Amino acid sequence: MVKTAVVRFPGSNCDEDLFYALADLNLNPVFVSAQEESDLSDYAAIFLPGGFSYGDYLRTGAIARFSPIMDAVRHAADAGQLVVGICNGFQILTESGLLPGQLMQNATPGFICDEVMVNITNPNSAFTRAYTSTSVKLPIAHADGRYYADAATLQELVEHQQIILTYQDNVNGSVEQIAGITNVAGNVIGLMPHPERAMEALIGNVDGRGFFESIQASLPA
Amino acid sequence: MSTTQVQEPTPNEIKDTKLYQAWGLTDAEYELIEQKLQRLPNYTETGLFSAMWSEHCSYKKSKPVLKTFWSKNDRVLQGPGEGAGILDIGDNQAVVFKAESHNHPSAVEPYEGAATGVGGILRDIFSMGAQPIAVLDSLQFGNPDQAETKRLIDGVVAGIAGYGNAIGIPTVGGATNFDATYQQNPLVNVMAVGLLNQADLHVGQARGIGNAVIYVGATTGRDGIHGATFASSEFDSHQDQNRSAVQVGDPFMEKLVMDTTLNAVREFGAHIVGIQDMGAAGLVSSTAEMADKAGRGMQLNLDRVPQREAHMTPYELMLSESQERMILVVEPEYAQSIMDLFKAQDLNAVQIGTVTDGKQYQLYFQDELVADVPVDFLTSAPKMHMAQTKPARLEKVASDYQPDLAQPSETLLALLAQPNVASKASLYRHFDCSVKANTVVKPGQADAAIVRIRQTDKALAMTTDINSRLTYLDPFIGGQRALLEAAQNIVATGATPIGITDCLNFGNPDDPEIYYELAQSVAGINDMAQLLNTPVISGNVSLYNETDGVAIHPTPMVGMVGLISNTDLIVTQNFKAVDDEIYLINPQPAEFNGSELQNMVQGQLSGALKPIDHKQVQAIMEKVQTATKRHLVQSVHDLSEGGLAVALSESLMETPFGAQVELKTPLNDIFSEVPAQFIVSVSSAQQQAFEDLMGTAAMKIGKITPVPELHIIGNDAKEIQLPMTQVKEKYKDSLWQRLQ
Repeated sequence: MVKTAVVRFPGSNCDEDLFYALADLNLNPVFVSAQEESDLSDYAAIFLPGGFSYGDYLRTGAIARFSPIMDAVRHAADAGQLVVGICNGFQILTESGLLPGQLMQNATPGFICDEVMVNITNPNSAFTRAYTSTSVKLPIAHADGRYYADAATLQELVEHQQIILTYQDNVNGSVEQIAGITNVAGNVIGLMPHPERAMEALIGNVDGRGFFESIQASLPA
Repeated sequence: MSTTQVQEPTPNEIKDTKLYQAWGLTDAEYELIEQKLQRLPNYTETGLFSAMWSEHCSYKKSKPVLKTFWSKNDRVLQGPGEGAGILDIGDNQAVVFKAESHNHPSAVEPYEGAATGVGGILRDIFSMGAQPIAVLDSLQFGNPDQAETKRLIDGVVAGIAGYGNAIGIPTVGGATNFDATYQQNPLVNVMAVGLLNQADLHVGQARGIGNAVIYVGATTGRDGIHGATFASSEFDSHQDQNRSAVQVGDPFMEKLVMDTTLNAVREFGAHIVGIQDMGAAGLVSSTAEMADKAGRGMQLNLDRVPQREAHMTPYELMLSESQERMILVVEPEYAQSIMDLFKAQDLNAVQIGTVTDGKQYQLYFQDELVADVPVDFLTSAPKMHMAQTKPARLEKVASDYQPDLAQPSETLLALLAQPNVASKASLYRHFDCSVKANTVVKPGQADAAIVRIRQTDKALAMTTDINSRLTYLDPFIGGQRALLEAAQNIVATGATPIGITDCLNFGNPDDPEIYYELAQSVAGINDMAQLLNTPVISGNVSLYNETDGVAIHPTPMVGMVGLISNTDLIVTQNFKAVDDEIYLINPQPAEFNGSELQNMVQGQLSGALKPIDHKQVQAIMEKVQTATKRHLVQSVHDLSEGGLAVALSESLMETPFGAQVELKTPLNDIFSEVPAQFIVSVSSAQQQAFEDLMGTAAMKIGKITPVPELHIIGNDAKEIQLPMTQVKEKYKDSLWQRLQ
């Protein structure tokens, strides 16, 4: 049976939303404490949720990268398990060096909560292959979502088709309008939009389902 | 008595210099304390009484009015007097809610004032054992063109966002209004809503002799000392404002305290006797109230209180309003296990005292007894008799305002640009409205926000409402209409109104005219609450909202919750399809007194408000609810500021459609503001059933068209004809541009 892990850092606040999204697709989610656990080998996919880990008082994700769980996340990434960082999870992955680049304060300072159109720039990734449309509407909710990488890194991102999602309107000033990237191997993704908040018609958006259906299709049976 | 580092005035010095007056105690109150204790109170004790007998903690001035609130029906599990009120929503679940003001702190330090307002009201919710599910904010500011207003808005909005977004409770609704009356005294009222499994219900009381008093959460510092007293006085623009009385918030800490408290309730609920947050007047207020409610005494050892600053005195420890702190009273055998839960999250958890026999409230510090007072005396500020006088402005009734509008299209555009009407999206987009993925109806989509309850078919509708223009013209009818407006918002989403909370924002109650306004507003709210079966289950009073002797308009805020039995029944305000018919519900002769139009055209408010016809209002509210329950309507929107003209514009705002409307009245009437009016759209298939249900309560006024144009014709041949692009631009950009 496929099992997935939702890592809880102190201050994570989208952990439950992720749990429900994964349970919805029968991906058998389990909560894992970032402070108390150190083995993720049982899980086919590992999710780092949104929120404000350790209060994010220093710099987003800067404290969380030192959590005991992060060694296990690194092992999982090396072993080819899927690793997904959403919003604060994305920030933790860049801080840990598992993904290149950096997330900075939005170009216009301040938190933005909205739904934005996002282009799927790599429809073949493990996280987008189930989408039938090339653009989707996804919720965003962040103050530090401006993706930055230097020219050489951007060049590599393009060469290895690591840019997965881009904003149609550059809502936070990200370089190349980047909303989500993977590592070179393609098994680690970080994205600012929240597909886990777009799972049901009742709450007004189902465009996040494709993200989790892609993951479902990418996991070993 | 105590040998502290700081030299405190002796009891005799306190009496001779009348130091207690600076802390808000009157001579009579001080004498009463001396009489009851049969000695002079020491420094610490004087501090305890001044905080506990402040209006903010004791409600000594507002109580005669507050106790008139109707707060009982079959749903009420907990009425006023606890952290928050509770209503039964079936399936062994309950909804918990309360509103609170943070006006004074926000005026001085807008970011922290607003942030700690959110933090404080959330603690009130989870201290009952409930999971907070939503926050709403009701904000009142002065002129949006003034630099000071912009500074306050930036700070308040960032503070709410900084705290609410981080703790992960969605900010789903509220309102922002602008009026010169709030220039010096902005209002920040925050409402929080929680979901409770009834088995987890806890209240703030200290039953059981020998039970342990446990302090959990943040350390105690010198911030916010005498915050309650500060909130119980008015501002003077020539004096430095009391910045040290404002607390500083830490949402990360609060999230840990919230999650762990709720875990403790789930795991050890039967052994936790009481929970209370340390809010106004911190440690003294929480512990003394818990002891008093249980009819017990309490002993505290202040050396054990976790401290963030050196050399704190008992006075400072007891009166500090440091945030993110809670008191739990638990059975002694379970104290260690419960404290271990908190310690595992790196939180402080310390037993600081015990529940005692008798009625004394005793504080020990460095092995000395530093305060020893009867607890029921400490919690019972002497009752006040407050004088009331009808304000002079209400005695002379001005003639009715009758608008004469030469260019009605321009008038509509100007109204849509008014700060009270124009879109607030540029402000609320800073608030995370969708975290937890339960928000069904988000800000701007309907008259109230809707949050679903997972694992059920149910949802909760919630709203806050204020219209101080109406309470200014007539405090009683204004109070009625504040509640009615909230109920209209709830009903417009397909929900059944089930109860309210309130924030009563007024000036100095010692002014008999202001006390009259308070009493009349409460009477109006209460009258309508009973008519619509929405008991008043919690609330808050904020008095002394005045600067240099000028008070704000009477501003009662009503926060209401509605229950939706099945999410299928949810209706929003947007028109849904071309050719749907548009109906006006409750057609009535026009009224313009106190309207947005009068404010805009005349720059002032005058005239009488028409008394509310109870039977008629009740019938309309019931019919609208029946129509939504039978799925007869495609959209519902209530009429408020700007009347039918603005409501039509709003129902078109997020659609590609236009509307063609023909009135049987003069065109001016489209700006009339009459209570209990709605517009609905109805598909042709349901038209007959809808008309049969409504009878004369609904009048067909037009149709949704594919052409994006708003076209309204009066029976006087005057007309409004505007492309929707223009309507949308005015509505969406006006406020945002002014605040740049």
